[in-house]
Amino acid sequence: MLKNIMTIFKKEFSLYFNSPIAYIFITVFLVVSTWFYMSRFFVVAQADMRMYFTMLPWVFLFFVPAVTMRLWAEERKSGTIEVLLTLPFRDAEIVTGKYLAAFAFLVLTVILSFPIPLTLMRLGSPDMGPIIGGYIGAFLLGGAYLAIGLFVSVFSDNQIVAFIIAVVASFILLIIGESFVLQSLPTGIKPVVAYLGLGSHFQNIGKGVIDTRDIIYYFSVIFIFIYATMRQMGSRMWA
Amino acid sequence: MIKVRNLVKRFGSAVAVNDISFDVKIGEVVGFLGPNGAGKSTTMKIITCFISATSGSATVGGYDSFRQPLEVRRQIGYLPEQTPLYNDMNVLDYLNFIADSHNMPREKKRSRIDEMVEVCGLKRMVHKDIGELSKGFRQRVGLAQALVHDPKILILDEPTTGLDPNQIVEIRELIKHLGQERAVILSTHILPEVEATCSRILIISEGRLVGEGTPEELRLRSEGQETYEIRLKADKNNVESVFMTQDWVTSHEYSGTEHNGTHRFKVHVISPSPGEDSGEKFFDLAVKNSWKLLELKPSGATLEEIFKDLTTREV
Repeated sequence: MLKNIMTIFKKEFSLYFNSPIAYIFITVFLVVSTWFYMSRFFVVAQADMRMYFTMLPWVFLFFVPAVTMRLWAEERKSGTIEVLLTLPFRDAEIVTGKYLAAFAFLVLTVILSFPIPLTLMRLGSPDMGPIIGGYIGAFLLGGAYLAIGLFVSVFSDNQIVAFIIAVVASFILLIIGESFVLQSLPTGIKPVVAYLGLGSHFQNIGKGVIDTRDIIYYFSVIFIFIYATMRQMGSRMWA
Repeated sequence: MIKVRNLVKRFGSAVAVNDISFDVKIGEVVGFLGPNGAGKSTTMKIITCFISATSGSATVGGYDSFRQPLEVRRQIGYLPEQTPLYNDMNVLDYLNFIADSHNMPREKKRSRIDEMVEVCGLKRMVHKDIGELSKGFRQRVGLAQALVHDPKILILDEPTTGLDPNQIVEIRELIKHLGQERAVILSTHILPEVEATCSRILIISEGRLVGEGTPEELRLRSEGQETYEIRLKADKNNVESVFMTQDWVTSHEYSGTEHNGTHRFKVHVISPSPGEDSGEKFFDLAVKNSWKLLELKPSGATLEEIFKDLTTREV
């Protein structure tokens, strides 16, 4: 089981780096996110990363679907899915391996923003709690986006379609927790919808408060979409 | 090794495979022969557990393709149609990935991959990206992929498309050799290919099995009939009218006039009783009518004719 997941993981992870896409992704992500942050850094003049983590859900919105769009779409388009699915892997192993590879790629990319906290530490004495919390939150939020993107990618053999639908789906899950959406809802269901939104949990963790409810929320989202991906794959056998 | 029973596959209202049953034993190379869209690939996809059947069953080495897909896939080497490959991987990484998927021990993996690279003639290509390879080399990588874990069962969907004539001969020899201790199914719509490689032929048309047997058996189907190609120097009308009067000539076709005034005919005749020879009859006929017989060639019923006959017949 674990060995097979590792085999898939290795294949998927190296496929990111076998083409220039990975390097372009990483560069673009770092340039865009750092620029957003730094452009107001000297105006705000505070040694923290709150600004960085505030805009991260919005950068992720476009970055993460780009990481997941090829996971299935490419296999379907080139027909390699027929090779992959006739090798002795369980569906669960393939899905998990692919997910973990995308997750590892995301973690790597986000961690490469380390010069920012390093700079902060030289310029002032930042409170490390929110920064570490922010990174953990970023991984969890990114993980949730990845699961959504992975699920969406199963349905299309076109990467662009997979990308756009993943952006839209993630966007909807992100904004339902925002206050301007909540205002228009009846009071009774407000807390429920607020809990379902991807963003609010991220803000909690970003404050440096690690609450089990938030962690459970992200793990549930990730689990649900990975499980749905497996079910969707399995359905080919019943067509 | 492979048992297929009453296999049916419907896509919506279209029937791709319609009640096919057959067996393949170790040591056999079975050729699926049929026009495009006959259901060859679909049958293969069901055996390899890529899709499921609407009804009926396929078992491989005693395992059911639907209920025990992992056990089935472990035993199979599969080359899908069009040879899909990961273009961004290099050949060695790809073969390593396939070998890992079969959980091969490290030492065995290395020696098998070396062997496959050698057998499939990929030596100079191992560090190249698959996307850069020509069609012929891609096909070889696909074959190496299907063979690397030394499977007992090989399922090859059109294994020689895109190869040049020399490569085709090589690959056919390889398949024949492999088939000695394995069960092999290959599909093709190239007739000489099955004649050259297969010990048994299954002719599939519109999802049905319309003919089955060794190449010889299939040829015998048209027994009682012989075809001769002849070339004569004589009056064309006279020849035709003489053929009409002979009761052992079932039909004849005029197939052209050469520039030196000789005519070609294709003549279908009833096989003579033992001891007689149709060639002799033609000779006698020529002498009697003072035709100059320049060529006389028996053309045994070819697989092509049988194939055409079986696959165009109204079902």
